[in-house]
Amino acid sequence: MKTITFMLNGSARRLTVDETRMLLWVLRDDLGLTGTKFGCGESVCGACTVLVEDEAVRSCMTPVSEVDGKKVVTIEGLAKDDRLHPLQEAFVEHLGYQCGYCTPGMIMGAHALLLKNPRPTRAQIVQHMEPHLCRCGAHVRILEAIESASAAMAGGAR
Amino acid sequence: MTRHDHDHELEVPAGWGFVETFDRRDFLKLTSTGLLVMLTIEPVFGRQEGARQPGGRRGGYPSDPNAYVHIGADGRVTCLVGKIEMGQGAMTSLPQLAAEELNVPLTRVDIVMGDTDVCPWDMGTFGSLSIRQFGPVLRAAAAEARAMLVAMAADRLQMPAASLEVVDGVVRSTADRTKHASYGELTAGKRIERRLEGQAAVEPVSAYTVVGKSAPRRDGRDKVTGKAKFAGDVVPKDALHARILRVPAHGATIEQADVAAASAVPGVRVIRDGDFIAVLHPHRDEADRALDLVKATFTKSPSTVTDETIFDHLVKTAPAGRAAAEGGNLANGEKLAAQTVEEKYLKGYVSHAAMETHSAVAAVEDGKVTVWAGTQTPFPLKSQVARALNLPEDKVRVITPYVGGGFGGKSASQQAIEAARLAMASGRPVRVVFSREEELFFDTFDPAAVITIRAGLDAQKKIVFWDYTVIGAGERGAAQFYDVPNHRTFVRSGWGGGNPPDMHPFAVGPWRAPGANANAFARESHVDVLAAKAGMDPVEFRLRNLTDARMKRVLETAAKTFGWTPKPAPSGRGFGVACGIDADTYVANMAEVKVDKATGRIQVVRLVSAQDMGVVVNPEGARQQMEGCLTMGLGYALSEEVRFRNGEVLDKNFDTYELPRFSQVPKIETVLVPSSDQASHGGGEPAIVPMGGVLANAVFDAVGARVRQLPMTPARVKAALA
Ligand code: FES
Ligand code: FES
Repeated sequence: MKTITFMLNGSARRLTVDETRMLLWVLRDDLGLTGTKFGCGESVCGACTVLVEDEAVRSCMTPVSEVDGKKVVTIEGLAKDDRLHPLQEAFVEHLGYQCGYCTPGMIMGAHALLLKNPRPTRAQIVQHMEPHLCRCGAHVRILEAIESASAAMAGGAR
Repeated sequence: MTRHDHDHELEVPAGWGFVETFDRRDFLKLTSTGLLVMLTIEPVFGRQEGARQPGGRRGGYPSDPNAYVHIGADGRVTCLVGKIEMGQGAMTSLPQLAAEELNVPLTRVDIVMGDTDVCPWDMGTFGSLSIRQFGPVLRAAAAEARAMLVAMAADRLQMPAASLEVVDGVVRSTADRTKHASYGELTAGKRIERRLEGQAAVEPVSAYTVVGKSAPRRDGRDKVTGKAKFAGDVVPKDALHARILRVPAHGATIEQADVAAASAVPGVRVIRDGDFIAVLHPHRDEADRALDLVKATFTKSPSTVTDETIFDHLVKTAPAGRAAAEGGNLANGEKLAAQTVEEKYLKGYVSHAAMETHSAVAAVEDGKVTVWAGTQTPFPLKSQVARALNLPEDKVRVITPYVGGGFGGKSASQQAIEAARLAMASGRPVRVVFSREEELFFDTFDPAAVITIRAGLDAQKKIVFWDYTVIGAGERGAAQFYDVPNHRTFVRSGWGGGNPPDMHPFAVGPWRAPGANANAFARESHVDVLAAKAGMDPVEFRLRNLTDARMKRVLETAAKTFGWTPKPAPSGRGFGVACGIDADTYVANMAEVKVDKATGRIQVVRLVSAQDMGVVVNPEGARQQMEGCLTMGLGYALSEEVRFRNGEVLDKNFDTYELPRFSQVPKIETVLVPSSDQASHGGGEPAIVPMGGVLANAVFDAVGARVRQLPMTPARVKAALA
């Protein structure tokens, strides 16, 4: 057991946990943040993607010890005061989801990309999103949503 | 603050979406005033689906009402339906139907879905039936509600009903607009209940104002903020995660299990009921670790087949079968043929692989079990849970939150029964969320198939006979729709049960357009083989052999959109075409592919799909479904097949079971062919049906090699090129 302190969606959190446990389950089971999804448990689907220090990580294979002292953002932390993030708006507008199960991971993955590269090309988006699976086949609209969010953000939306 | 420091007995998290407000008390409150119309209509069923639901009542809706429409004192309309939302958009399109018939704005219509305590009985959500089969029932209920409200207004206004119209939920005189009464005013303070049998008059298509226009999806905000709750996100107070000891292979059994080490872990509980052994812990990952500590030995599976030997095995074990369609005389057809071709087509087992694994949470309160389940069949599941726990049905409630993809795979809901058993045994709420390995093990796969076709052409390049035998896939989509005078479609077994027990080494079941994918692959490949024999362009050849006007129209529309110019295959362009009929919807797909001869890799460059689905309720929703079909179809066509040996499923996760990815998704164009003379047909499945055929035909056009087995892996493409 270890005490882990980190910034979660803008607020400081302190937890005493078995530090070898995975971030995904600490988020979901200990902290009640169920927006981050379980899809495979082995870093091969992207459903559990969150941001650690602005990098996309697969929380299912990230021991919670690795976020000690770091900044973590989950899907719940993206909208500010009920105002949707441009990526969230774009996913709604372009229907970048069907069942919606892969969606939090998709949005967080895209978020990490846009933080690094605000105006990615289609090819760069595809390359970055390649590890993310969507069984419903919403891919075409997900790509459109990411492009549109990138344009909106570059236009000064946020 | 954690989730668990509230004092409620049973906490349902915030953001519960459309189910949130509806516990039983709220429902009674909701319906304690206002107009509640319950309607019973015996619908015409898609034959196969109706009869074969595990645990369900057979053959359709019995005398239970199957649609509720409630109009509250505030004038708001609530549809209560037993269907569920799994991404297909029924949560958005069904209220459109009610708004249309009631003449109220869509924003004033709410919907509650898949809750067995408050919604009327329903067989399940599958077979592209929500709109085409349940839609008319809901529309009739809404139309009846409207008629009643108009009659009430007539009394109140002292005017004949025929002189009244409804605009935006207000009944008013056509002659004197100052004479009016809103739905809210009419129902206020009264409780009116109507139970109807049979068909109420509905609006003609020409009068539609809401239906046919794209409506904003209702689940968007919840789904992009992480608020949308799926079954695994429901966390009652004190809930435990359960992991269950599984056998390594189908047909194997547990010999002995030592749970001592697992039991010793602080916080772990072990529940053992014969062979059913579960470890429970509040945290999922700690339950996982505890399960790893269980030491068990297993008997060997009696199964000796593999994904390579399965095809011979199926031919040997399949039942004798029967002719599903027949016409003319095959022997005469053979005599008329100038050229005859016989081929065999194969397809492997395919997994549903929804991103949400089978998940459920069960809690027992005052002797009543509530199960939140990711299921396509909440009502049959309720009966199954009652049977498994030996409880009367009214002691079981199934609530269906958002379902994270189903595709037929969540018609089976073993996880929910397990959660209920464990909740009973432990006295605590229990969550069962399948690991990906469990998901791939217990999935009811799309069955492998062996299809043989012998067909002949006469000198005029008309198909004169067609002799078709399908093993494994079943009847759906098997019968050919070309203009062939002498034909027979012979079906030996299907996905829906009734097969010899040793035929498939594991469970098979309905997979998006069950069986139709394999059948369309074989048929459309073979039609192209015949076109090549005839030296004709594949589209021209099809048109020459078609008389069905709807099929010709979708094919011509697809060709126009695609920019198809006639050339016999292989033209080197990599163009392919394939057609299909599914759920009464007609579809033609076209593809352009590139084939890397050195590696055997296929890259799909673009896809066009033209579809005639009758009256379209929500065009944008329909397109989304078509795109989903085309994208998902890339998987079974190119990469997806379940590998197994002696009862063990070798694919355990997405590292080897390969779903379509972003880099594989081509440019996609969808066309909805206008067809208002038709009722609304299915939209969730048809466009996936031609995907195997269209890509096999495009590969042949690109490189002149015919691949007769799905998926068309690089190795199989290279083998076909050799
Ligand atoms: S659950 Fe973490 S990548 Fe799939
Ligand atoms: S929207 Fe269902 S998995 Fe992506």
